[in-house]
Amino acid sequence: MGEELKDIIMSSIRRDILINTLNSGKRFDGRAFDEYRTIKVQFGAVTTAEGSARVSLGNTQVLVATKFDVLKPFADRPTEGVLMTNGELLPLASPSFEPGPPNEDSIEMARVVDRAIRSAECVDLDSFFIEEEKVLGLYVDIYVLNHDGNYTDAAAIAASAALLNTQVPKVEKGKILRGDYKGPLNPKPIPIATSFVKIGSHWLVDPSRDEELVAETKITIATTTDHVCAMQKGKGSLSKEELFSCMEIAFKRGNEIRKILME
Amino acid sequence: MAANEEVKLFVNGKRIDGRGADEMRAVRIEVGIIPEADGSAFIEWGGNKIVCGVYGPRECIPKHDASPYHAIVKCRYMMSPFASAEEHSKSGPSRRSTELSKVIREVFENLIISEKFPNTQIDVYIDVLQAEGGTRTASVTAAAVALANAGIPMKDMVSAVAIGKADGHILLDLGKLEDNFGESDTPVALSNRDKKILLLQMDGLLTKDEIKKVIEMAESACGKLHEKQADALKKFYEHGENEEFKL
Repeated sequence: MGEELKDIIMSSIRRDILINTLNSGKRFDGRAFDEYRTIKVQFGAVTTAEGSARVSLGNTQVLVATKFDVLKPFADRPTEGVLMTNGELLPLASPSFEPGPPNEDSIEMARVVDRAIRSAECVDLDSFFIEEEKVLGLYVDIYVLNHDGNYTDAAAIAASAALLNTQVPKVEKGKILRGDYKGPLNPKPIPIATSFVKIGSHWLVDPSRDEELVAETKITIATTTDHVCAMQKGKGSLSKEELFSCMEIAFKRGNEIRKILME
Repeated sequence: MAANEEVKLFVNGKRIDGRGADEMRAVRIEVGIIPEADGSAFIEWGGNKIVCGVYGPRECIPKHDASPYHAIVKCRYMMSPFASAEEHSKSGPSRRSTELSKVIREVFENLIISEKFPNTQIDVYIDVLQAEGGTRTASVTAAAVALANAGIPMKDMVSAVAIGKADGHILLDLGKLEDNFGESDTPVALSNRDKKILLLQMDGLLTKDEIKKVIEMAESACGKLHEKQADALKKFYEHGENEEFKL
């Protein structure tokens, strides 16, 4: 699953400049090492969905939409609603994305976001029970629209924003009354994912595409206000001390982003 | 993962299978069990039974995957349809197995000295025959031995274990019920010499201090696993074959 040739060539030309810039204490775009790009949130971007949000981290853009359907519950959890998270790296979003079935990158991204939502227990799945053999299923669909690095954090933020924007539909005789709502979903607590890459001895928050290409190590840490709710190490390796210091920053940035979403 | 009120996972200092909080299940590692492969290993870890075969370095197929700078590591983790005590599951790759293949591959990409073998690939095939929780960590532990058996140069050895939380206690080496009904699951793979984190995933809710405890527990358990890996390799090379092998 190699990077595309043009990515490799681009990174080898820019690599030295990028590393030299970092060694002089700066990033290409002028950010501090532990700083996010500008975060913008557009709630309700898709009106046909029960909830949605478009989030941009600099040039990276992700849309998340939520939909409800009536489903059969899982056999081992007969009274619980079903939560399903799917991720699409749209081929229009980057020259390195290709059409085709989900690949390991899109699957991993969706599963990390899914674990963050599920572990935070921000959606009350017990309230999705309708009657025997019938529960509400909540689909969380992640569409990466432009990839300029770190779509995982953008996806997790957009998923939380979309859940905050979600209205739970009314159900009558085992069927959803489309457009008729019981009320807001009210997710709590709100999970936020913070990704880090290591280049040389530097740890960077919210890596750009260039930084991701040059990075040796990547890790994503999702937090609520007082707990870690998901972690996923990508490529590379790190020491436990590095993990713990990333964790501290993840809590700080997580709280700041939660504030942006709650405004 | 919601804690299930009906299943008590930790009572009077004992776990559901009688283990203490920091006690591992029994682990047996066998080497060279697939003579056709360049390297192979079997691991029985509690109720888990996993075979691992390594091929390569060999010609990279398809050719456009090849790199002129280093060998490509490919990893395929698969769960057999009969591996679970519950229903027969679909064969073939799932979203879960795709993700696990990726995170396991990313463990070995750190270790294999791949610059030695440009334009080639190294295949790591992992098949779970029987599963009882903790298959990804058992797979990493077995695959490291199979790669060593294949004579593939590595910077370090690696072993892995899952640590979780159930009924409010941090427990070493989660079993299936503890994983299903517990509050958190954190699989960790650590390199033997410098204790670098090579695999780390986590779900459920843990505080900072709990995560520190998890990593410490993993360090001590991985040390013990490394001894078992080394013993298995030594035992194999004393005899040069493993004819007595039983699944």
